Amino acid sequence: MRIFSKVPNIDFMAQRKHALMLSGVLSVIALALLVFRGLNFGIDFRGGVLVEVSYPQSVALDEVRAELKQGGYGDAVVQYFGGTSDVLIRLPAPKDEAVGGDAQKKTTAVSARVLETLGAKEKGISLRRVEFVGPQVGQELTQDGAIALLAAFAGIFLYVMFRFEWKFSAGSIAALTHDAIMTLGFLSLVREEFDLTVLAGVLAMLGYSNNETIVIFDRVRENLINLRKRPVLEIINLSINQTLLRSIITHFTVLMVLSCLFFFGGKSVHGFAVAMMVGVVVATYSSIYISSGVTVLLNIKREDLIPPEDHALTGRSKDGAVV
Amino acid sequence: MHPYPVWKTLSLIVVVLVAAFYALPNLYGEAPAVQIGTVSGDALPADFAAQVDKALAADHIAYASSRAEGKQWVVRFGDPETQLKAADALKRELGSGYIVALNLASKTPAWLAAIGAKPMPLGLDLRGGVHLLLQVDIDDARKAAVQRYLNDLPTFLRRQDIHYSGRRASGDAVVLEFATPALRDQAQKAIAGEYRELALSVPANAAVPTLEARLSDTEARRIVDYAVQQNLITLRNRVNELGVAEPIVQRQGADRIVVELPGVQDPTHVKELLGATATLEYRAVDETPGAAESAAQTGIVPPDDELFYTREGHRPILLKREVIASGPQLVDAAPTVDPQSGTPAVSVTLDATGAKKMFDFTSQNVGHLMAVLYKETRIDTTYNAKGEALRERHDVADVISVATVREPFGKRFQTTGLTQKEAHDLSELLKAGALAAPIEIVEERTIGPSLGADNIRRGWHAAVAGFVLVVVFMAIYYNVFGLFADVALLLNVILIVGALSILQATLTMPGIAGIVLTLGMAVDANVLINERIREELRLGLTPQTAMVAGYERAFLTIADSNVTTLIAALVLYFLGKGPVQGFAVTLMIGIASSMFTAIVGTRTLAHYVFRGRKLKDLPV
Repeated sequence: MRIFSKVPNIDFMAQRKHALMLSGVLSVIALALLVFRGLNFGIDFRGGVLVEVSYPQSVALDEVRAELKQGGYGDAVVQYFGGTSDVLIRLPAPKDEAVGGDAQKKTTAVSARVLETLGAKEKGISLRRVEFVGPQVGQELTQDGAIALLAAFAGIFLYVMFRFEWKFSAGSIAALTHDAIMTLGFLSLVREEFDLTVLAGVLAMLGYSNNETIVIFDRVRENLINLRKRPVLEIINLSINQTLLRSIITHFTVLMVLSCLFFFGGKSVHGFAVAMMVGVVVATYSSIYISSGVTVLLNIKREDLIPPEDHALTGRSKDGAVV
Repeated sequence: MHPYPVWKTLSLIVVVLVAAFYALPNLYGEAPAVQIGTVSGDALPADFAAQVDKALAADHIAYASSRAEGKQWVVRFGDPETQLKAADALKRELGSGYIVALNLASKTPAWLAAIGAKPMPLGLDLRGGVHLLLQVDIDDARKAAVQRYLNDLPTFLRRQDIHYSGRRASGDAVVLEFATPALRDQAQKAIAGEYRELALSVPANAAVPTLEARLSDTEARRIVDYAVQQNLITLRNRVNELGVAEPIVQRQGADRIVVELPGVQDPTHVKELLGATATLEYRAVDETPGAAESAAQTGIVPPDDELFYTREGHRPILLKREVIASGPQLVDAAPTVDPQSGTPAVSVTLDATGAKKMFDFTSQNVGHLMAVLYKETRIDTTYNAKGEALRERHDVADVISVATVREPFGKRFQTTGLTQKEAHDLSELLKAGALAAPIEIVEERTIGPSLGADNIRRGWHAAVAGFVLVVVFMAIYYNVFGLFADVALLLNVILIVGALSILQATLTMPGIAGIVLTLGMAVDANVLINERIREELRLGLTPQTAMVAGYERAFLTIADSNVTTLIAALVLYFLGKGPVQGFAVTLMIGIASSMFTAIVGTRTLAHYVFRGRKLKDLPV
């Protein structure tokens, strides 16, 4: 089976300026979303208490809220989790959670008391999950998360510089920044909860997105060396066209498994799947327009990739002065 | 025909076979089991099989298998009810020297277990259980140390007959004031000789002659280390009492401790137990011959005495009521070697108050016995007929050491005449009984068993669905070469599961997501290869040459593109924690194994399928 009967010939680079402008506008929107709306940080980052309970049958959230209010938890955020019989309750972090002494009595298990409060009226409630994250742990995680993003960027920049050239590195990083902003912006837009697993998804997505860029760059390098007569812009276009089919197929298989995770994997990997799916779609675009576009913008030349010794060698072989 | 090296084929077969053997245990599932170990961590006695048989036979309980696995004895049962009955019977019959824990043991056959093949351990999010992250209050430990020196230094100076005119704590320093600079210099010399762990300095612009004693950096670090170690030991002992199979109590970073208790559902009970307090007391021994034995038999105890039993051997012993020194006065306890005899010993350091009372006692009691009593408040949870938890507090006290006083001593002394292990155990118990730095729960996660089971089911569904979709798509799109890719994908799954099992990496939900994601990304290598082969064919190469060229030219691209994903995975591994690290590990292993199977695996297949054929076209 074949999608294209021959290598397509689409002039991607002709639209590169429009594409860069469109990306600029979208990035500004995404950044504005991140600044003004923010990410819906999960308990991992924000700290607090989270209790997931399962009722034997459907339950109205208002009832749960009323019961919690009676038990002294007026500040609880209550929502369905999955079905209408599973309820997720969020509470701010209790102060002075300590082991031993009276402090323990005070806060030994908010979860246990929440369950007692709810269980007073309704029998057969089961506790699915309790999570408590102290505020300082959350802060550290946010810091570690930011460091992780920066470290990933730096690692990828250095690797591409080592394997290719700094102009390609700049192109890669531009694409990665674009993908990260877009994905985070989308997560902010749909209010998907941002927890550790989602952060892992975003980082994996960055690795994957750069994978795309590298495949194109690899072809660009090969074509620059083999097709010496053709102008650089044309070669970039050709390389994108040559790798287009592969990109489509790979994205397709990755999107297939991600939708399996999205539909069957349950809530705990939901955000991960969303982040990756958005990332995959955005990466297709950015690997063509952003990474290649920026590389062209930086005025990439054939000489940047063909090492000077290479010229020296070919030069000498022409003279026949080779041992 | 291009020659294809035999070693590649062989290495492929060997790698896949090894991975398959190690992946196999994951398929056998788990049986309800009871796991038994000794409290002391010693090896099980030789006749332990008979003891277990006897205990179970008494209640007519049948078991599926009963054997030693490492330091543990594992008995498997047909159903959970028998398991519970058996655990009760074993707890009763074996006594307090053993930890009897409920567990789900793998049904891996013995021949696989013999080569060390074990299923992947499941993370708490898949198995259910309690995860706690505890933070040791090191500020408190440091403050306590400063406070101790604030009491100790003046006492020491008084004993040296050096007069000071004032003392106070200032931040993490003890400030001493003197009437004359000469006195200060004298004090500085004396303190420097006795307290080497302190950094002494003379502030330049003080109104009166002043000496500042500060914890040296090494001492401050040692105090923090000690505080964490002490809590670790205490927590380990407590966790052992919980009777949990495969608990984890681990230091994380400078001042945190992770406690993971698979299968435990009641965090309140755990926190009560972890918060239980232990202390110890140094007391004199009533040495009247036969008094202890008769007190144990008759129950009549002399008025000044209390009856206790030794932890080792459960012998009765009478201790005087008066306490010489107790836990909060204990500064340090460490196993060491007695410089005189060269045998293992425990060196103990007391603070000034303890040291003074100890000196008073020992100088009058040379040649007499002194005992260490270990007291602990435990909370036992039992369940009534309705399944409600009943908690009972009770104090446990037993004698962990009895030794003869050879000469008067105070601040530092040694307990000698111990074996290496005894010295180690005693120092740990002493540390556990000393006043520990307070700990705080900074993170808690309890996952119910139903959620864990749901997660496993969902992860499995997602993985199977993803696998089937990719396999069908590849076969349709790339024909025979698609089938090669499918075989590679299957091998890939075997390799990943095998590698994770060999590494004994904990499988978590993000880890499953990582495996599923790898399934989708793994075929990328084959897509690159197959597209390249199609291209070379279009350029007019013969099928065999196109195939070889396709593999060769795609290789660099595959390597380059995978390295960047690897970089992201490495970053995740080093900066992430818990489940995220699990995801990073699966991703890294997935990348390595997918490169191997896609490049070496399909290449070998293609070679043997198309070997010696005259091909007009390739089914790609």
